[in-house]
Amino acid sequence: MSSTFSATATGPLPWQELVTAALLGTDRRTPPGLPPGREAPAALLDAAAVATVRRRAGLCAAPVAVRPEPAAPDPRPPLPPAAARRLVVLLADRPGTGVGRRGAAPDLRELLPQWLALANERGFAAPPEALPALLDAARGRTDLRPAALAFAGPRALWLARLNPDWRFALRAAQGGGELPSAEDSDRVRGLWRQGLFAERVALLSALRARTPAAGRALLSSTWPAERAEDRLMFLDSLRTGLGPEDEPFLERALADRSRNVRAVAAELLSALPDSALAVRMGRRAATCVAVDVTAPVPTLVVEAPHECDAGMERDGVVAQPPAGRGERSWWLGQLLDVAPLRTWPGRLGGRTPQEIVALPVADGWQGELHAAWCRAAVRQRDADWARALLGAPSAPEAGGPGAVSLAERAKLLGTLGTEERAAWVAGFIGTHGLSEAFQLLGVCTVPWAGELGRAVVDALNIARDAGSYPWSFSGVMGLAERCLAPAEADRLEGLTAIPDETEGAAPGAGGYWAEAFQRLTATLRLRAAMTAELTP
Amino acid sequence: MSDSGVRVRRTTDQVPTPAPASDVASRAADAAGSAGPADLADAAGGGHGAAGGDSAPAVTPATRSAAPRRAELRAARVTAGVTELERRLADLLRGGLAAAQEEGYGLWEETAARMIDAQAPGLAARVRELGAVPGSGPGWPARLLEECALLHLLDRGWLRHGELPDGLAATVRSRIGLPSSPGGPPVRDRWLVLAQYDTHDTRLTTRRIWLYGTESGRTALVLSYGAAGRAPELSLPVGRALDAETVAYPGAGQSRVALGERFSTPVPLPARPPGSGPAEAAARYGEALADDPWQDAYPVTLRRVVPVPAAEGSWQLADADGDLALPVTPAAGSRSGLWRLVALSGGSPVTVFGECGHRGFTPLTAWPEGPGEAVPLC
Repeated sequence: MSSTFSATATGPLPWQELVTAALLGTDRRTPPGLPPGREAPAALLDAAAVATVRRRAGLCAAPVAVRPEPAAPDPRPPLPPAAARRLVVLLADRPGTGVGRRGAAPDLRELLPQWLALANERGFAAPPEALPALLDAARGRTDLRPAALAFAGPRALWLARLNPDWRFALRAAQGGGELPSAEDSDRVRGLWRQGLFAERVALLSALRARTPAAGRALLSSTWPAERAEDRLMFLDSLRTGLGPEDEPFLERALADRSRNVRAVAAELLSALPDSALAVRMGRRAATCVAVDVTAPVPTLVVEAPHECDAGMERDGVVAQPPAGRGERSWWLGQLLDVAPLRTWPGRLGGRTPQEIVALPVADGWQGELHAAWCRAAVRQRDADWARALLGAPSAPEAGGPGAVSLAERAKLLGTLGTEERAAWVAGFIGTHGLSEAFQLLGVCTVPWAGELGRAVVDALNIARDAGSYPWSFSGVMGLAERCLAPAEADRLEGLTAIPDETEGAAPGAGGYWAEAFQRLTATLRLRAAMTAELTP
Repeated sequence: MSDSGVRVRRTTDQVPTPAPASDVASRAADAAGSAGPADLADAAGGGHGAAGGDSAPAVTPATRSAAPRRAELRAARVTAGVTELERRLADLLRGGLAAAQEEGYGLWEETAARMIDAQAPGLAARVRELGAVPGSGPGWPARLLEECALLHLLDRGWLRHGELPDGLAATVRSRIGLPSSPGGPPVRDRWLVLAQYDTHDTRLTTRRIWLYGTESGRTALVLSYGAAGRAPELSLPVGRALDAETVAYPGAGQSRVALGERFSTPVPLPARPPGSGPAEAAARYGEALADDPWQDAYPVTLRRVVPVPAAEGSWQLADADGDLALPVTPAAGSRSGLWRLVALSGGSPVTVFGECGHRGFTPLTAWPEGPGEAVPLC
């Protein structure tokens, strides 16, 4: 390195001096040790160059800050490499431009929930380098969070403690893995007595999920001493694992000082058809509905209750109806909701549920009556009544016997077994087409059973021949992409060709339909590939 | 700068002519490796060879005899530009850096344009960077003085480069922005691709690919260019090795090579470069400065380091078995690749390849402690 460092200098100048001199400028002040005048800037730069290179060359490593604790090890087996690459592709996909024409490529973001569910089911561990992308995806989509966090494992919690963007993971986990086990009763009691509210709720939920009786015992041990809001939250957690053994405790809670606690206790008891509360409500409800045999055809006669007495209120009937509803029909609805469904055959002349539902109802009470029975069937998980209320799928009106709405039918379907559900929906689609089937398809288990899948594909084919555009059915198409069994892809191949334009068809519809079917087929094949990759 | 029998693209004979100089030379200016918002633009030992033209030059007798005359002409222009730059730096120091802050960017732009006219694109790029320093946050006077001093050093290097040893002279020439071509014997080796990343500016996309020779133990850099907004042509997969020849560019202590003939397609290779600890990495950068004082960072591999969060959102790479750590450069600390590194490590040691320099360490690729594939971080 060349240097014109002056020979008169006594030694190298300290760096800070050089910076100060440069800031001020050599005209204003000649730096000490450098020749004044015209040569000063060059000499200053020379000295600065020597100092810079020396400082850079002399850089050393710094002392360490506080090291974080290593993350907990993940005992699950690692992901196969092909599946790890697939995960990266799924996470990197950006959402498309919304509704309308979506093109022929599969929408990868919709497949991510399915992929995560399958990976969790197969018990794989997430590759660590994919965790930041996974946590970012889960931050934006709350529906993805439980599955993503379950897949991400303990290292995600460790990362979330380091990055405030991922705080949501800590909230969801709430000390998940650090709860004492059920057998460690001393620690459990200790945590129950002294823990923070959030910890106690987590402890109770975990205990209740494993051994319901122990959860209830723990709660009842300190029940009288809890605050009203705490009692409400804890009582709500008895919802999991609810069983007849909880009845005595809930009956005591019916007499609680707080109105909300009483309401929740009544709600929980109403889900137990054998409880004393349910029997009482059944007796009350039975006085309201009867069969009129004097009419030309046996008819159901409904008499709504005339008053809401103290006994009814104690059993959880809300006296004040919401705006727009009459008092008496409101009380009747609540009674019928809770009354056990097994009281009706006896009360109504030994008829089966099908016969009861088929009876005409006087005075226009049919809507109320059947709606209440639907809610009761869902709450009491009664499959016989659900079948009766659903009726045959091929019935001409879309809303079955007695004007049961589609939303209620969807809920009723939830009480049936999976094959029965699929068969019913397949029958419905065969008769009524796809226009109202979206909600019903939503309750069917994924992947769709064979006959349901075929029914959907046939209905789509018929819709195409009818000449409409495919985006009228975009909801069902989207569902089909996610839920149709991948094995159906071969059957769909024939539909991906562009058909000839028929007269009276919407212009260009054939091409759009072909594109939609191509996307469907591509997505099905992609799902089949994803499933194969996730096989150990 | 003559035939070496190597099948590489030659850029030597493409000496830019004065009239369209601004176009070719300005492309080369930004290729001369220092302009760029990210710290990664100041990569180790390399971005200072000129891109020149992209087409194969036509070597006719006329151009061959004209080339030395053009080279002399260019050298004279560069000397004039260097002298002017020295004068401007002296003016700046006379008035004081505090005044420079108020001048604004226009002064630097004009000086940079003069450097381009003088056919010294490397100087132009450095001058533009000077303009960005006053706005770069606290501590800017010291940084500005450093950059001015190094620019002054480069100027002095040019003015006396006949007296310099060959290697240093070649380094000065390429830092100024004169075109150079790879010389020397081709080295055939199994080259493991360590990292590949792009830096963008308004005119050019520069791709840097780091290679590690598994037999020779050498770390080398391949530069590739593309138009702004497009990816350059050359792309190599990280973590795989290819059997190929490379030819080094001249200059002391610089690692740029040109990729020659390839004898195999890239195959996965579980090898990793041997690593060292933080202290040795810092020392190696210091030693590299003896060969090339303008170098901003040097490629190193750290083994058994743990990413540790330090103050205010910055990170360190700490030795797992010792007490020392290297800070991560602020630019690298705010990118998503750093979180991939933290997630991969999970508090346990990992092996990291990156560039270690005076601003800190920029991690580019990481390997888990046990067997596992390379994870690119950029």
